[in-house]
Amino acid sequence: MKKVKTIGCEEALKHLLAYLDQEAGAIKRREVERHIEICRTCFSRAEFEQSLKTRLREAGRGTMRSSFEKRIKILFDQFTTKQKRETP
Amino acid sequence: MTTELNRGLRLEITDDRHFFEGKVADLLDRLYGAALRLAKNREDAEDLVAEAVAKAWASRRSLKDPEKFRSWIFRILTNTFISGCRKQAVRPQAETFQEHPSDVETAFSLFEELHQPFLLWWGNPEKDFLNKLLSQDIEKAVDTLPEAFRMVIVLSDMEGFSYQEISEILRVPVGTVRSRLARGRGLLQKALWEHGKDAGLIKST
Repeated sequence: MKKVKTIGCEEALKHLLAYLDQEAGAIKRREVERHIEICRTCFSRAEFEQSLKTRLREAGRGTMRSSFEKRIKILFDQFTTKQKRETP
Repeated sequence: MTTELNRGLRLEITDDRHFFEGKVADLLDRLYGAALRLAKNREDAEDLVAEAVAKAWASRRSLKDPEKFRSWIFRILTNTFISGCRKQAVRPQAETFQEHPSDVETAFSLFEELHQPFLLWWGNPEKDFLNKLLSQDIEKAVDTLPEAFRMVIVLSDMEGFSYQEISEILRVPVGTVRSRLARGRGLLQKALWEHGKDAGLIKST
């Protein structure tokens, strides 16, 4: 296995978000991982950015009104009516 | 022959109301959540989802791969949103798809503002700040972002789509997705910081 290059904070931070998004390539991923293992500040930064991502994901869940769910059900029923008309 | 048969089967699946209804029902809360962040209010979000679902049903035969239903219907949702914005001309075009906020704003980092290395064992101000934020504070901060940035934040951070999927949904290059995400996140953190100051969540600046 190829030896992992040691990178500095600046380089690690450049790729940190792609790393957290699981979008960094294999080599870059290993380099960032190695860096945050040995750098406490970048480790804390990674932890913070990940927590913020988690909060965003949770905030993305809207509570639907029951009237809206009913509206979508009515829409589905209209699809069936239309589909029957389309089918000879 | 097998490929044609598979293709036929796939078309049959996507043409089926139960398949479509099941998929939409599974995704409805996520579609609504995304629509709420795009449209910024309940009524418009409901209209947006209903219109997108109706459009998706009408063009269900364009879905070639049932496995891609999720990204396909989110593409219809975002397209419906964009065309709605353009039709209504709610805001001037420059603001609607503003690509170049100042570098100072987009490079903003909450962590750099809050982190205090000398407190290592006694406190964690950045963690405390996140804990004090309510979900609605985060939603409001997302709502302040210009559309082009808001869409990638919603699709990536809230919906978990990959850069490639976002690129296909928005029909922009992956590089554009990356840069909009980086800038959008900077703007979002700046908005959270401003909110934190206004709401007294930050002790000293």
